[in-house]
Amino acid sequence: MTDLQDLYQELILDHGRRPRNFRALDGATGNAEGYNPLCGDKVKIFVKMDGDIVKDISFEGAGCAISTASASIMTETLKGKTRAQAEELFQTFHNLVTGRQAQLDAPELGKLAVFSGVSEFPIRVKCATLSWHTLRAALNGEGEVISTE
Amino acid sequence: MKAKGGILASEEPTRVLSFEADSIREDFPILKQLVYGKPLVYLDNAATSQKPTAVIDAMTHYYSTDNSNIHRGVHLLSERATQQYEEARVKAQHFINAAAPKEIIFTRGTTEAINLVAGSYGRANVVSGDEVLISAMEHHSNIVPWQILCEEKGARLRVAPINDDGELILEEFPKLLTERTKIVSLAHVSNALGTINPIRAIVEIAHRHNVPVMIDGAQAAPHMKLDVQELNCDFYAFSGHKVFGPTGIGVLYGKASLLDAMPPYQGGGDMIASVTFEKTTYNTLPYKFEAGTPNIAGTIGLGAAIDYVNQIGVERIARYEQELLDYGTDALSQIPGLRLIGTAKDKAGVLSFVLEGVHPHDVGTILDREGIAIRTGHHCAMPVMDRFGIPATARASLAFYNTKEEIDALVAGIHKVKEVFG
Repeated sequence: MTDLQDLYQELILDHGRRPRNFRALDGATGNAEGYNPLCGDKVKIFVKMDGDIVKDISFEGAGCAISTASASIMTETLKGKTRAQAEELFQTFHNLVTGRQAQLDAPELGKLAVFSGVSEFPIRVKCATLSWHTLRAALNGEGEVISTE
Repeated sequence: MKAKGGILASEEPTRVLSFEADSIREDFPILKQLVYGKPLVYLDNAATSQKPTAVIDAMTHYYSTDNSNIHRGVHLLSERATQQYEEARVKAQHFINAAAPKEIIFTRGTTEAINLVAGSYGRANVVSGDEVLISAMEHHSNIVPWQILCEEKGARLRVAPINDDGELILEEFPKLLTERTKIVSLAHVSNALGTINPIRAIVEIAHRHNVPVMIDGAQAAPHMKLDVQELNCDFYAFSGHKVFGPTGIGVLYGKASLLDAMPPYQGGGDMIASVTFEKTTYNTLPYKFEAGTPNIAGTIGLGAAIDYVNQIGVERIARYEQELLDYGTDALSQIPGLRLIGTAKDKAGVLSFVLEGVHPHDVGTILDREGIAIRTGHHCAMPVMDRFGIPATARASLAFYNTKEEIDALVAGIHKVKEVFG
């Protein structure tokens, strides 16, 4: 049960049930859709940029607890960050959920550290990273639907 | 004195449960393992079934003693391989009661079989403005090949609707048959819902309109007695790996008159009678549709799987699984917040469900850690998910080696899911 408790931490369950910034964004400067064809998870990320700064960010979609909580905490974390900071966080987050980065070594992750348990569930890594891959497309203004496959 | 032990086709129904639990599982080495320290509860049989020792041994034996190419060698090994390959064809013929061995085409599986019919029969017979009729409960493998055909020919794909229980709405079906309908293709049993379709009735209706019918039998073959002559369908397909045989082998049945008139699906060795640069004469059935060196070991493994299933008895399997399905349906129905998706009166082998407030993917992960293997997702039937307004389901699917105790473990696992998600 330990692994499961690590995966489904209270914070993740909370954000899975009551996702924050869960709405379309008026005046978004970019958006992108992400899709995991294996489980049917869909997410749409909206960003409003002020120069290089993420002024506002939100999402819509339907997915499992992990993908919903990941999108929710990502939007909370990225408000006010620069493009470069967002990209760096994605790298660190990716390393965390794939087990290449211990959470203690990366204090900048903040709440995102709660996803460390995902590394024990390799098949769920795509759930945790779908919103981040989609964010990258939204920031880069790529119109295509991002797929995990 | 009565014979003791062994599996006799005449055993009383009351004995069914006891033989399943005790002896059948011994035939499946994979079932003996622990996963995450817990006994494996394999409930993903609609995705693929496990293999009995008899199948594994048959394939090992072939590779250890008889491996060679078929239909061409003058040597002993080739003769033995050819003989076993053709014996498997006869076993498959009897398994579905086809009229002749030449009506059995070996394919990679159900998907390739449907592609063969769409690519050969479909291409030769469907023209612009024609229609292909399928149903709203089809697996992607019985949708996409027809879409490709329709796209190429400028034809139209029409879809027969299903009701809230996941049953075909039989009154609507004839209305979709028009003078432009060139083929009907339908699942015998739905992989996502478990619904058993009334194939005989549908074939009758379609034949009244002179429309041939292809049946996707991938989910039916493991669970019930098949008789293609009685169904009177024109094509029938099933996969070896879902009937306890290996992956990469399947069967397309077609009525000889139809297959004879169809152009080849692929060109190559074995499917020709003679080749010159000016003209090639095609081989006779079934070889016309078996280009290239086939999956010989897989075919022999499928033959062994059919022997194994026959030894237990298809009717007994069906009876036992129905008991298990009824037990599972009752047990799951009692879990608050659980909704069964697919509640047809006539069902086989599938318990598809959603749990209030928990995504199926999370259900699957937690059950996995309890040693319980189920499938979660859209089951390659995204239009079915759309029909029920859900993104995915969790699906437990049964085989005759499953037990009531395993259903109990599933129920306990679902309670654990609810615990985790509070």
